[in-house]
Order: sequence, then structure tokens, then C-alpha cells
Amino acid sequence: MNITLQVNGAPRTVDVDPRMSLLDLLRERLGLIGAKKGCDHGQCGACTVLIDGRRANSCLALAVAVDGSEVTTVEGLASGDDLHPLQAAFIEHDAFQCGYCTPGQLCSAAGMLGEPGPSAVTEDLTVDPGLTPEEIAERMSGNLCRCGAYVNIVSAIGEVTP
Amino acid sequence: MKPFEYARATGPAEAVRDYTPGTMYLGGGTNLVDLMKLGVAEPDRLLDVSRLPLDGIEEARDRVRVGATVRNTDLAAHPLIRARYPMLARAVLTGASGQVRNVATVAGNLLQRTRCTYFQDVTRPCNKRRPGSGCPAIAGDHANLAILGASDACVATHPSDLAVALAALDAEVHVTGPGGDRIVPMPGLHRLPGHEPERDTVLAPGDLITGVELPPPPPGASLYRKVRERASFAFALVSIAAVLDVAADGTVADCRIALGGVAHVPWRAERAERALIGGPATGEAFLQAAEAELEQAAPLPRNAYKVPLARNLIVATLEELAP
Ligand SMILES: Cc1cc2nc3c(=O)[nH]c(=O)nc-3n(C[C@H](O)[C@H](O)[C@H](O)COP(=O)(O)OP(=O)(O)OC[C@H]3O[C@@H](n4cnc5c(N)ncnc54)[C@H](O)[C@@H]3O)c2cc1C
Ligand code: SF4
Ligand code: FES
Ligand code: FES
Repeated sequence: MNITLQVNGAPRTVDVDPRMSLLDLLRERLGLIGAKKGCDHGQCGACTVLIDGRRANSCLALAVAVDGSEVTTVEGLASGDDLHPLQAAFIEHDAFQCGYCTPGQLCSAAGMLGEPGPSAVTEDLTVDPGLTPEEIAERMSGNLCRCGAYVNIVSAIGEVTP
Repeated sequence: MKPFEYARATGPAEAVRDYTPGTMYLGGGTNLVDLMKLGVAEPDRLLDVSRLPLDGIEEARDRVRVGATVRNTDLAAHPLIRARYPMLARAVLTGASGQVRNVATVAGNLLQRTRCTYFQDVTRPCNKRRPGSGCPAIAGDHANLAILGASDACVATHPSDLAVALAALDAEVHVTGPGGDRIVPMPGLHRLPGHEPERDTVLAPGDLITGVELPPPPPGASLYRKVRERASFAFALVSIAAVLDVAADGTVADCRIALGGVAHVPWRAERAERALIGGPATGEAFLQAAEAELEQAAPLPRNAYKVPLARNLIVATLEELAP
């Protein structure tokens, strides 16, 4: 099937098998190897990208099902040589060790910052809470880090909080 | 993964008309695509219903109608849900991750399959996946499986948090299908395994969920609590959706209790409710009610811990809700 996506701002038309995940499309067909395959089952967050501005696990999205969407990967976060504030904060706060989870952490954080509403740890559901470290940790729980860089990831994201 | 065709549905009626045996409706795909990768689901054709215009949350008199394709994130963030049905918002927010909730639909969440490890492993027998092949969980790993309402054929649990809150709220599931439109009251959407564990729900082939209707919130205070192996991003071992209304004289005027993680269905604790209504709202009464409910529990060796866990969760939650 022919599908067209806006990937990091550029239109890409590809002929895909309906079985192909968005993750495999990005990595194997479009050469965008930033998004990582950790578990391939939605359990680790390493494959997180933004689909129409919302963070999602690209391993669980069929490429055909996102036909017509805008996809942003970690490669699309920076503008030219200017790092995205989250990327700069991750470097500043030493928020990674091996780096395997980092593209997913960055895309997840970028999406999370735009998500309104409460989380599972919010006390009062009727007001939008501030992004305390506890709120950030809960909202980022879909991204695992085997190196255990969580503390620094939370502080890096906290610095960029709007 | 087995090859399949992919098509997008153009409307609910069109989707039903377009349904053929071997077709499966596709919501956000967060469960179905996973099961297709594992070889557990093998549709010939996916009919994508995730973009149908069923994505509204609307007030209709004193009720709220939630469309089937509303994403879990949007349901929990909606002002009407947060203000009137906080327990429902909380249940959704304790489920999965931000990424999954962004994609998962209301209908897909209700129709997600069990997380029983044998069900997900096609190299093993499983009555739910392959009727008549046996249930290795009964003698094997059943640590997170059912203590209530299970059968000799299957001891699986339904993993949805949303369904537990909807069961406590007496929500109605709106369905359209080859047999016409109908309304299925919760917790009646899901069924106990009995001799047909392959059937999770009362839906017939081709039935499409179009939405969920919430009756006015019951009076009283409500809570959703979920006990799990880690603090976030894990399925429930046991969860509870509870509403408690205590009259001025200290007696229980109304009470709703639904449990998750304990059965093939979101388990409405009717015995506990009956034991409580009209009686005192005391810790002693809460314990007796919990025990009345759990008398019917038939745990297996490795999930017997769920009985005291459920009992303590019921008591602690009601104590927190009591004024
Ligand atoms: C890592 C991980 C952790 C998770 N943790 C939790 C958790 O803690 N709590 C929890 O509740 N859930 C959890 N989930 C499950 C998640 O909530 C479900 O995968 C999701 O809600 C399914 O919704 P979907 O729209 O993606 O459904 P899909 O995967 O698209 O579909 C699921 C089923 O519903 C059918 N279907 C879809 N839409 C319709 C319709 N309109 N009418 C009829 N049939 C339809 C499909 O045919 C399929 O059989 C987790 C999932 C993952 C991957
Ligand atoms: S408990 Fe049910 S789902 Fe699990 S192996 Fe037994 S039959 Fe299959
Ligand atoms: S690779 Fe997608 S969540 Fe792990
Ligand atoms: S930095 Fe190594 S997995 Fe997170």
C-alpha cells in the first residue's frame, strides 16, 4: 500500500506491507534510526515518537494506520544546529549513560510537556498540577532506562518545564 | 505476522455492513497489533475504526456520552469527567503509560484481551486461544489470575482499569451490529469463562461499540485504588472502584464496589454492597462485608495472596471514603 507521511517536516511517500510497524518503517525504510527497538510490545518506550504532536509507541502503530499523519522523531527535535531545550538539558544534567533509551525519553518528554490534565499522582483532579518531580516521574513511567538514569532525567525535564 | 488487508471504515453503519468473517476492527492497535505480532490474533483483514467520528464527550441532560474512539488520555483530561466522575478519570490514569493512553480508545480498552502469559504464547496450550487445548495456568503460573468466578477451563483475569470504574458507575455500552443497535449495561459486557473461555464478552461477530453512556454520578465519595508490583505502568494485582454514601445518622445510604484483577470480568461486589447498605459505616462492618464477598473466592496456590489483599483493599478504601 502507498502511504504518505510528513516525517520531520518533509513529505515521504512509501509503498509498505500492511504488517510493517511505524518503527520498522522509520528505521528500515527511511534510515531514521533514532527511535529504538527495545521490546517491540509497548512496554519500554524506546520507540517513542510524536504522531500528530502526541507521543506514541511507534512499535505498536501500523504504518498504514498512520497514513496522512505528521511524525516527529528525535532527529526532528533540534532546529539545525540548535538543540531542542530538552536535548540541551539532558546533556547539562547528565541524563543518560548508554543512551539507548534517550531518543524515546526525549520524544516522550516533548510530548508530555504538551499534555494537559492530571496524572495518577495528582491530588486535586479539577486543577492542572504543576510539573513537580513526582508528576514528571509518573508521566514518564512509560519510558524505562536500564541504566537507571531516572533521577537525572527527571531533573533535566524539570528544567524545561513550561 | 500473517498477511492481512487494511481498510479504513467510513462510518459506523458502513463498518458493520463491511464486516466479514475474518475481519477485526482496529482501534488504537495497542493490544491488537501486539497480539498479531505474537501470532495470537490472525485477522485476514483489519477495518480501522479509530478515525470514525465517535470521538466526542457530550452532556445529554444529566448523563454523559463518551464516544468509542475517544482516546484514554482525552477521557481522563476532560473537564466533565474530572469534575463528575473523578473515579473514572483516576482509573484511566492508572492504566498503561502516557504513550499507550494517547492512542488507546475507549472501545479497545474494554475489549483488550487477558495478559495471561500462556494466552500470549502460541507454543503453549490455552483454552481461550485454542478451545479444548487445555489450561496450563491452573497447574502453572497463575500468580496474577482469577480468584473469583473462574472455571476449570480458564482462570484468566480481565486487565482493564477503565472497565472496573464503568462497572461501579452502572455505565451503558452502546453497540451497533448486524443484529441492530443495543445497549449493554456494565458489568454485563464481559462474561465469566464457563465452558467457553474463548468468548470474553457478550458481543457477537461484527458488533461495533459506538460509545459508553454514563448515568448521573452516584451520591457519595468515590475512589479508584490499584495495587500492583510497581508504583506505575503495571497491571493491577487487585484494584477497586468504590463509591460510599453515608447518611447523617451514620448508616450506609448507598454503596458501589467493583474489583479489578480478580476475575474474568470487572467484578461487581454485590454481596458486599448488600451487606453494607442500611448498616453502620464502621471498620467492623466493612470487614464483614469484604468477607461476605470473598467467601466465594476459590484461589489457586499461587494467587491465594489476592484474597487477603482484596479484603484489606476493600476495608481500607471504604475507611478512607467514610466521613
Ligand atoms: C505495556 C502496556 C501496559 C498496559 N497497561 C494497562 C493497564 O495498566 N491497565 C489497562 O487497563 N490497560 C493497560 N494496557 C492495555 C491498553 O489499555 C489497551 O491496549 C488499550 O486500551 C486498547 O485500546 P486500543 O484502542 O489500542 O485497542 P485495539 O488494540 O485497537 O483493539 C483491542 C480490541 O478491541 C477491538 N475493537 C477496537 N475498537 C472496537 C470497536 N469500536 N468496536 C468493537 N471492537 C473494537 C479490536 O478488534 C480488538 O479486539 C496496557 C497496554 C500495554 C501495551
Ligand atoms: S487461564 Fe485462560 S487464558 Fe490463561 S492459559 Fe488458561 S485458558 Fe488460557
Ligand atoms: S520498542 Fe516500542 S515500547 Fe519498547
Ligand atoms: S541511558 Fe542506558 S537505558 Fe537509559
